[in-house]
Amino acid sequence: MSGAPMEAALLLAGVLFILGLISVLIRRNIIFMLISVEIMLNAAGLAFIVAGSRWVQPDGQVMFIFILTMAAAEVSVGLALILQIYHQLKTLDSDAASFMKG
Amino acid sequence: MILLWMIVILMAGGLLAWLSKKWHPELPRWIALFAVLADFILAVYLWLTLPAATLGASPWLLQLEIPWIPQWGVNFILALDGLSLLMLLLTFFLGILCVLVSWREIQTKSGFFHFNLMWVLAGITGVFLTLDLFLFYFFWEVMLIPMYFLIGIWGHANRTYAAFKFFLFTQASGLLMLLAILGLYFIHGSQTGTYTFNYFELLGTTLAPEAARLLMAGFLAAFLVKLPVVPFHSWLPDAHSEAPTAGSVVLAGLLLKTGAYGLLRFVLPLFPTAAVEFAPWAMLLGAVGIIYGAVMAYSQTDLKRLAAYTSVSHMGFVILGVFAFNVWALQGVVMQMIAHGLSTGALFIVAGLLYERLHTRDMGQMGGFWAKAPKLGVFAMVFVMASLGLPGLGNFIAEFLTLVGSWQANNWLTVIATIGIVLATAYSLRIMQKVFFEPAPTDHPLPDLSAREMLIAVPMIALILWLGLYPQPVLDTVQPSINQQLQAYQEPEVKEKVAVVEAVPKAELSIGKDKRGKTKVPL
Amino acid sequence: MENYIWLIPALPFLGSLLLILFGTRLSRAGVAILGVGSVGISALITILLGLQYLAEKPAFYHQEVWQWFNVAGFSPSIAFHLDALSIVFIFVITFVGFLIHLYSTAYMAEDMDFSRFFACMNLFVGSMLLLVMADNLLLLYFGWEGVGLCSYLLIGFWYKDPANGYAARKAFIITRVGDVAMAIGLFILFQTFGTLHIQTILSQAPEVWSVGAQAAVLVGLLLLGGAVGKSGQLPLQTWLPDAMAGPTPVSALIHAATMVTAGVYLIARMYVIFDLAPVAQMAVAVIGAVTLLLAGFSALTQYDLKRVLAYSTISQIGYMFLALGVGAWSAGIFHFMIHAFFKALLFLCAGAIILALHHEQDMRQMGGLRKSMPVVFWTFLIGAASLAALPLITAGFYSKDQILWYALAGPQGSIWLYLAGLVGAFITSVYTFRMVFMTFYGEPKTHVAHPPGKIITIPLVILAILSLVGGFIELPHNFAHVALFSGLMAPVLPGITANELLAANEWLFQVLAAVVSLGGVFVAYLFYQKSPALLASIERSSFAMALHRFWFSGWGFDALYDALIVRPYVFLANLNKRDIIDSFYTGLARTAEGFHVMISQTQSGVLRNYVAGVVVGAIMILTISLLL
Repeated sequence: MSGAPMEAALLLAGVLFILGLISVLIRRNIIFMLISVEIMLNAAGLAFIVAGSRWVQPDGQVMFIFILTMAAAEVSVGLALILQIYHQLKTLDSDAASFMKG
Repeated sequence: MILLWMIVILMAGGLLAWLSKKWHPELPRWIALFAVLADFILAVYLWLTLPAATLGASPWLLQLEIPWIPQWGVNFILALDGLSLLMLLLTFFLGILCVLVSWREIQTKSGFFHFNLMWVLAGITGVFLTLDLFLFYFFWEVMLIPMYFLIGIWGHANRTYAAFKFFLFTQASGLLMLLAILGLYFIHGSQTGTYTFNYFELLGTTLAPEAARLLMAGFLAAFLVKLPVVPFHSWLPDAHSEAPTAGSVVLAGLLLKTGAYGLLRFVLPLFPTAAVEFAPWAMLLGAVGIIYGAVMAYSQTDLKRLAAYTSVSHMGFVILGVFAFNVWALQGVVMQMIAHGLSTGALFIVAGLLYERLHTRDMGQMGGFWAKAPKLGVFAMVFVMASLGLPGLGNFIAEFLTLVGSWQANNWLTVIATIGIVLATAYSLRIMQKVFFEPAPTDHPLPDLSAREMLIAVPMIALILWLGLYPQPVLDTVQPSINQQLQAYQEPEVKEKVAVVEAVPKAELSIGKDKRGKTKVPL
Repeated sequence: MENYIWLIPALPFLGSLLLILFGTRLSRAGVAILGVGSVGISALITILLGLQYLAEKPAFYHQEVWQWFNVAGFSPSIAFHLDALSIVFIFVITFVGFLIHLYSTAYMAEDMDFSRFFACMNLFVGSMLLLVMADNLLLLYFGWEGVGLCSYLLIGFWYKDPANGYAARKAFIITRVGDVAMAIGLFILFQTFGTLHIQTILSQAPEVWSVGAQAAVLVGLLLLGGAVGKSGQLPLQTWLPDAMAGPTPVSALIHAATMVTAGVYLIARMYVIFDLAPVAQMAVAVIGAVTLLLAGFSALTQYDLKRVLAYSTISQIGYMFLALGVGAWSAGIFHFMIHAFFKALLFLCAGAIILALHHEQDMRQMGGLRKSMPVVFWTFLIGAASLAALPLITAGFYSKDQILWYALAGPQGSIWLYLAGLVGAFITSVYTFRMVFMTFYGEPKTHVAHPPGKIITIPLVILAILSLVGGFIELPHNFAHVALFSGLMAPVLPGITANELLAANEWLFQVLAAVVSLGGVFVAYLFYQKSPALLASIERSSFAMALHRFWFSGWGFDALYDALIVRPYVFLANLNKRDIIDSFYTGLARTAEGFHVMISQTQSGVLRNYVAGVVVGAIMILTISLLL
């Protein structure tokens, strides 16, 4: 049962993660930031799957399901917050929401 | 059980006072008054009925022990000895005066005010009664927070600053004490296997010198700040001068005494060797405090600030006496706690009465009140004289005994402290001159004391005179406790005593106790 | 009678208490009856007790009223010890006090605060009695401070003038400096003897301390410090001239007859300590001698009638100290008694003059009063003669002669002390008669408004008689053998024997003293009566003017203390008014605030910055964990 080499899969996960991270950093639209976070989560999930199949352990898939549920919860809360922000500020620019400036 | 009732009455009275505001605006005052009065009567009843513990026997008159959090070794222990009894009497007496003095002064949120007042008093009562260190810390905090509100809500112009300052100083030092308490708890636990906060069990803990020093430093931090001793005093003038009159009276009359009480009750018996090591420094702090407070008091123009600095000066005598480790000094310290509670309380009341009438605390705006308000003048005169240590008033007995005792321990520091008496004269007379004698810069209408105010003034004057002329009942009440606190120091004490007694066998003979009328002593 | 001892101080205290409580509601007559009556009854009891004492000749009477307190063997009582020494003092306090109270009812009749005056006066008499009757030093200290309080209250009695308040505070604070020394002396005594009971200390001191023991000297000097403060001796004398701001009866009672002699009482009472401490005793004599000269010279230059008398009081107490210092205990006490008579008399006369001249105290505005106020003139003259120690007829001569004699011929006497006393005697009679000539002779300058009434003159006459005949109870032994006073004192205070060699020629020194005193009168007559131009020509030279200013200001002590102590103290206190220590804590708070400002910069509120922060942090942690 040999497929793609693990290194390649991990590399893919790493690239996905970095892509997500970079877009979180450079995007100002808060929806895109949320999508980027999703990409990062999925990158981490992919790494778990790969590692689980490599060591033939169910834990990797268990972790992925965890991540999925967590991501679902996060998205629902996140979207609710985004709606609120849009409602209040009439914009989705994350830099505009800087009320927490100390 | 009666001890628990004292605290419960105050706490419940406070809650009831708060709630009762809805029914009638005057009700909180009456409820508070009756709550404190009830406690005062209880305390007087205890004083009159409990037989004074005889010398040598256990000094504890009443004790109550209920398990509270047994898995941590926390018990609800209340115990009463002569020292705490006297402190309670003072607490309730001043408590009554606080309610009376706020009768007209406090008009906003009077329900919450009396709630806070009652809870401060409850906290103080708890501090004076409890012998479980955990509970002690608990009550220490209970008296802190309502006091913060008293200053912060009903204070004068700069009240927020003063309240914060008070809170930070007390809280920071209190936390150090908590650390020391926990340290003691764990050291004792690891030595004996029983983890407990019980004072009696902790008393016997043997401590390595290093540990003892650190733990004592923790306790000292809380007590020296509260007392206050000079480098840590700077919260006091702000808190005292910004607080409402009742707050100032509680602060000066009672909260400071908890510091002194803590020194006597905890520091001396728990850390005998470390305390002896620290004694010269402590006495130095005391002497410095006496002088520094007096000099500071002299330069103040704000009447309440002046009175606040006199407290710093007078509390110097307390620490000077506590660390002299002998009966005279400790008796003097206890007398000082009571007499100072009355005398400074009275000075703050005078300041409060003047503020109520003039809406200023600036002595530059006062003057000529002797002619306008002679009763107020006499009231002030008596307590100004008390604060400069005039014989016949309680403070003299206190200061003289303290100095006699501290002389045995350290000559030079006692000399410095005695010089403080001259400085005390300077600032005390300045009050009389500026406020009462000097011609007034502006003409204020100044009504003399009302009946309610006479009800405050007359008992205070009577008490301070009684303390000055016949202090024996007070001294007798506290004697067993003092012996108890001094137990760890008895060894050198006995030697000294023998030396004195050998020197004066005749003295004992010729001034025997119950000689009345004509006695002819052979010359 | 001895069971009523406690009434002697209790009655004035009671009077004072009643006057404080109900004084404003009583009529003036009621206040006067209460105020004068309480002291009068005390005086009566004292006289009866004194007569009984003379008849019975017990060692002493003792009465304990209650035990003050008892702490580990320190057990002072409110108890009274009456021996000859205290009885003399009590007699003077109550009797002279009574006369002055009586006089005050007229003197203060117009005053608004009539009852307050008598309340304070009664309180004073009570405290003073406590002082001299106490059987232990703590009770003595009680009275000691009590009289200080009353002195403060009465000097500042007319409080509307801030200068009076200043004088009052000055008096209280300066005497308290002495009290500190005394208190420390008490600490040492207690540490050594375990008690403050006077008789116990006196009987044990010789066993515990050898002569010249360091502790004894120290205690002696410290007690002397207290005495010096209270008695207005060098270097704490500056308060007494200013104390004249009080009403004149106050000056007569407190600052002439009684309170200022408390120091004399203390030293005489503790004579054993001074016997054991020759250095301290010598210090007493030297302080007395120097003070009597300094104050005498200052008295020469004053224009205020009361200030002359004040300096004279300092000077006369200097004589008492001189007597005590050379061991002539009984002579010192004798001079105290006589001085109380004539100085009270002089003050009361001065008061009568001041009242008659609408509170004019400047002698340059007086003159010619001999005719308009004959009773006052004659009584004042008697008092002045006694103060100047005119020979044979006045009591002052006998008491002062004794002091001069023992200052020379006593075992501790010396020629220098004698000379100081002699020069002092000369100055005394100069300034005394300067006063007489300036006030009573010459042209009238101010109109006499109210001639004094009976209530004023009766005490004057009684005191004048005492100032004359008081001396006859103690005559020099080469005159006639009358030694009633020293006989009375003999059981309490040790006697003194004169140097044999000098004793043979005692009369020579008596004549010398008489000549000096008469010479002083003559000089005063010359300068102030016969040829004032002579004096004016002397005073015109710049040296004399400078000297005059210097003496007038009391040898510059006030300026010195002001510059050395008062001003630096006030300056430092005001400099630190905002409390330097507090700035440490505010500094701490500022620093915390500064950090807060710095760190809160990082809280930009921009989400992406935070993410970047997280990333950088994660990378750093990863790097570090990889490197390690």
